[in-house]
Amino acid sequence: MNEYSRKSIVIFGTFVLVALILFARLFWLQVVDDSYKTTSNTNVLRYDVQYPARGLIIDRHGERMVENQTTYDMMVVPRELKAFDTLAFCAIFKLDPDPFKLVINDIYRRRRQIGYQPTTILKQAPAEYYAVFQEKAFKFPGFYAQARTLRNYTRPIAGNLFGYVTEVDTGTIRRNPYYKPGDYIGKSGVEEAYEDYLRGYKGVTIFVRDVHNRIKEAYKDGRFDAAAVAGKNLICTIDSRLQEYGEWLMKNKVGAIVAIEPSTGEVLALISAPGIDPTLLVGINKNFQQMQSDPLKPLFNRAIMSPYPPGSTFKLANALIGLDEKVITPASRYSCAMGFRIGPGKMLGCHSHASPIDLLQSIQMSCNAYYCNVFRTIIDNPAYGNVEQGFLKWREYVQSLGFGQKTGIDLPSERAGTLPSVSQYNRIHGEGRWKSLSIISLAIGQGEIGSTPLQMANFAATIANRGYYYTPHVVREVEGLEPPDDYKERHYTMIDTTCFPTLVEGMYRAVHGEPGSGATARIAQIPDLELCGKTGTAQNPHGEDHSSFICFAPREKPQIALAVYIENAGFGATWAAPIASLMVEKYLTGHVLRTELEQRIQAGSPTKTHKAP
Amino acid sequence: MKENTHLFLKLDWPTVGLYLLLVAIGWISVYAAAYNEEHSTIFDFSQRYGKQFVWILSALLIAAFILLLDSKFYSVFGYAIYGVVLFLLLLVLVAGTEINGSRSWFILGPVRLQPAELAKAATAIALARMMSVHGFVLARRANLCRIALVILLPAGLIILQHDAGSAVVFGAFLLMLYREGLSGWFINIVLFAIVAFVLSIVWEPVSVLMLCATISVVIYMLYRRKIKRALILTASLFGVYFSIVKWLFPTFAIDVAPDRVFILLSAIALVWGAATAIRYKRRYVWYILCFFIGSAALVYSVDYVFDHLLKPHQRDRIENLLGVKVDLRGAGYNVHQSKVAIGSGGFAGKGFLQGTQTKYNFVPEQSTDFIFCTIGEEWGLLGASAVIIAYLLLLFRLILISERQKDAFARIYGYGVIAILFFHVVINIGMTIGLAPVIGIPLPFISYGGSSLWAFTVLLFILLKLDMARWR
Repeated sequence: MNEYSRKSIVIFGTFVLVALILFARLFWLQVVDDSYKTTSNTNVLRYDVQYPARGLIIDRHGERMVENQTTYDMMVVPRELKAFDTLAFCAIFKLDPDPFKLVINDIYRRRRQIGYQPTTILKQAPAEYYAVFQEKAFKFPGFYAQARTLRNYTRPIAGNLFGYVTEVDTGTIRRNPYYKPGDYIGKSGVEEAYEDYLRGYKGVTIFVRDVHNRIKEAYKDGRFDAAAVAGKNLICTIDSRLQEYGEWLMKNKVGAIVAIEPSTGEVLALISAPGIDPTLLVGINKNFQQMQSDPLKPLFNRAIMSPYPPGSTFKLANALIGLDEKVITPASRYSCAMGFRIGPGKMLGCHSHASPIDLLQSIQMSCNAYYCNVFRTIIDNPAYGNVEQGFLKWREYVQSLGFGQKTGIDLPSERAGTLPSVSQYNRIHGEGRWKSLSIISLAIGQGEIGSTPLQMANFAATIANRGYYYTPHVVREVEGLEPPDDYKERHYTMIDTTCFPTLVEGMYRAVHGEPGSGATARIAQIPDLELCGKTGTAQNPHGEDHSSFICFAPREKPQIALAVYIENAGFGATWAAPIASLMVEKYLTGHVLRTELEQRIQAGSPTKTHKAP
Repeated sequence: MKENTHLFLKLDWPTVGLYLLLVAIGWISVYAAAYNEEHSTIFDFSQRYGKQFVWILSALLIAAFILLLDSKFYSVFGYAIYGVVLFLLLLVLVAGTEINGSRSWFILGPVRLQPAELAKAATAIALARMMSVHGFVLARRANLCRIALVILLPAGLIILQHDAGSAVVFGAFLLMLYREGLSGWFINIVLFAIVAFVLSIVWEPVSVLMLCATISVVIYMLYRRKIKRALILTASLFGVYFSIVKWLFPTFAIDVAPDRVFILLSAIALVWGAATAIRYKRRYVWYILCFFIGSAALVYSVDYVFDHLLKPHQRDRIENLLGVKVDLRGAGYNVHQSKVAIGSGGFAGKGFLQGTQTKYNFVPEQSTDFIFCTIGEEWGLLGASAVIIAYLLLLFRLILISERQKDAFARIYGYGVIAILFFHVVINIGMTIGLAPVIGIPLPFISYGGSSLWAFTVLLFILLKLDMARWR
């Protein structure tokens, strides 16, 4: 073999080697690596989405509260764009021509690059404009409209309760593959809690497209297409008239009202003031930012989030615990001389009233000293050995009454309120260095305890039921679905049900006591109705006292339990009690006869400006 | 009449068969790549597949014409043909039409002609003419210079047309020169230079230098047949280097670039090497020293070449190929889409006319430079391998043909054809699957286009005609 034929073999060997390398690479691309197959599908398939109508929200009487309105996103196919009358277009949609021309010119310039991929040039145009456009559509080649539904509210109320609908953010898109950029999603309130039911399912038509996004054919003859499924309607527990009335009463006030039907746990009204007008959050606008920067925080749902000191309304809890622990009886009497001595020279003050008094009178008159005594006997009960054990038992009772934990209402961002723990007191006072007197504020619902208005209303409902409550909820039924079993389950507290009638009597007397008997809530009386209530006046470090009131009515077979909390409004009897009383009257009789009171309360603005921090 | 039957018996029918097979595959692939439902017949002349049919018919006419022409024509008029083509290359610079950024086309009515395509055949003929002269010695410096001139002249003119891809093809003639006596070392050094160039883009220069140094030491020791010493020396070189850079510098907080250390060490080694070369009169040491210094120069000139001599789009393509930069929407778009098309074909392909990536234009140039995508997508690994095997068989056949020539002219020309075909096939397929840079050269016989089909037909059938004359 000469050198040349050796070389020809080397050459052919090289060819074979190179062919093998090409083959290996092809094998890798075509058989081993799967990623290219997926890319090929994303390349070639175009998904045309049909957006479903969002479910409606209906109140407890069948009145529509939240509906849909159709708007139109104006789209343009750049490749089909031709010269057109921009001024006429702007006139139809009431646009400023100059920026519009800039946008259109930019799209026109890049029309070959973008090809047939539709571009949104105007979002959420109202239906009236679209109707005009439709008549003249032939003048605007390349333009078409895509229908999108927005929310429409029959009354401008309950913004915090309903929440709002907005374009989905990138974080959600990353977490939940259902959502694609430009989709709408419920944010906060009922819209968020019931998003999965309300939104329905998007429909899709799949096409095979070319590189310019031009549709070529239906993908696999439409085998994978799906029709849009409309969202489910929600039947709410809210009484829209009561809700509206409550919001009207709360004008110029800061606070919350929660009304519950004790026999079911259904929330009749859930008001946070200042509230938000949901119509302002429809579509794209700057209102949201404005609300966010409002110092009164209208987006903060006080009714389920704000941990307020419950104040004297909490005395009822201590009375119940005392009775159940048998450290007091309804006949137990304590004296009060303008307060309770905590230590040398330190008094927890009280107002002037008769002394000594029994349990019923203590509720009627809201005596501080009485409850300091009750609280001490609970905590220092020799049965538990030491303060810490006594406190733990007390804490367990309070928790069973629904404080310090979420009630489980079907709304997002409910907060648990605050309930102090042993370790918290150990931190403050040092381990083993605190006694019942150190934490005596808890006796009158002050200090480290914080309760949401919802928890207070739930407490009122528990007393109204004489010992149990249902999980409060704002949606009675998702149309076509069974309500959760939990809604039918009675949650009993640790308190024996026999303890409750005494409390009910006390609350009745606090409202209906004879003039001069020291009854604190006489202002809440409603003609021909038996209302049971308890005022609260909670001190707070930031300014004027908070005014609060919990009540239920009628006394037998109660239909409504209520908590009203007004920030920095002074005595419970001044603002909270009348508001609660008006709400009850409105709900139970359908109208309010005490127009003078109504006028005064509605027009008043009790909330004093906060002290500068 | 008798003369004619004789003629067709002598024709190398296996080659013609492979040629017809590839041309047919090309026609079908162009049909699939440019398929348009409104014009579904393959003979629709408003579509590319209809036109390709015309190009095929005319190519066959050209082939027949070449077979009828006297075989002496090419050796006799070798330089004249070369001269005419050079003239056309000059003319196109002045009177040509610019398409896709390169001024390399003549447009004559419906026909587009690219002289660069003809230049490959003409150069092969001129080289064969020159090297087949009796007594021609390749190793002589003057001859090497003449060969380089013949190759570089058309290549240079083509670069002036901004068609660097077609110019690079002329490098393929090295393969033919190798067969005709060029040392294998030379080819290896060229290949190594390409590898070093690529590595210098991907790696730090000092790493490439280390590689070169290692190779130098290993070659030296292989010459001296002392492999153990080679290993020890290489290991200690790296040991010293790393102990200085990784330990000495950090410990004493010396801030000197690692390159410098390596260059210093190399300089010491070079001086020592030169000293032994003089003392023991070892000539190969000088070669190795030249090799090392040359590669160092190459490594440090890469940045300059890369940043100044290459065009931005060429830079982007190379960087995308090497994975230095990933830009799937810009420079990397072609290759990415091409890989998607081929990759989605799977083992058996999506079926004829079922390919979506190429049919709906996701792959640019899908009927010309990226025609292999259609094959890969619709016929899968099976079809793609079949095409590669067909080319391999063709090349094998051409090697046989070339080797059986008694006439040096025919053999040299034959290897020119082999070299050009091989280069086109490998680079074209390589670029569609991300193994070679996108330099925009067609796949022989398969890509759409009259100019390239005619040129490859001419190239091949001249060889077949020369082969027919071997019994004369």
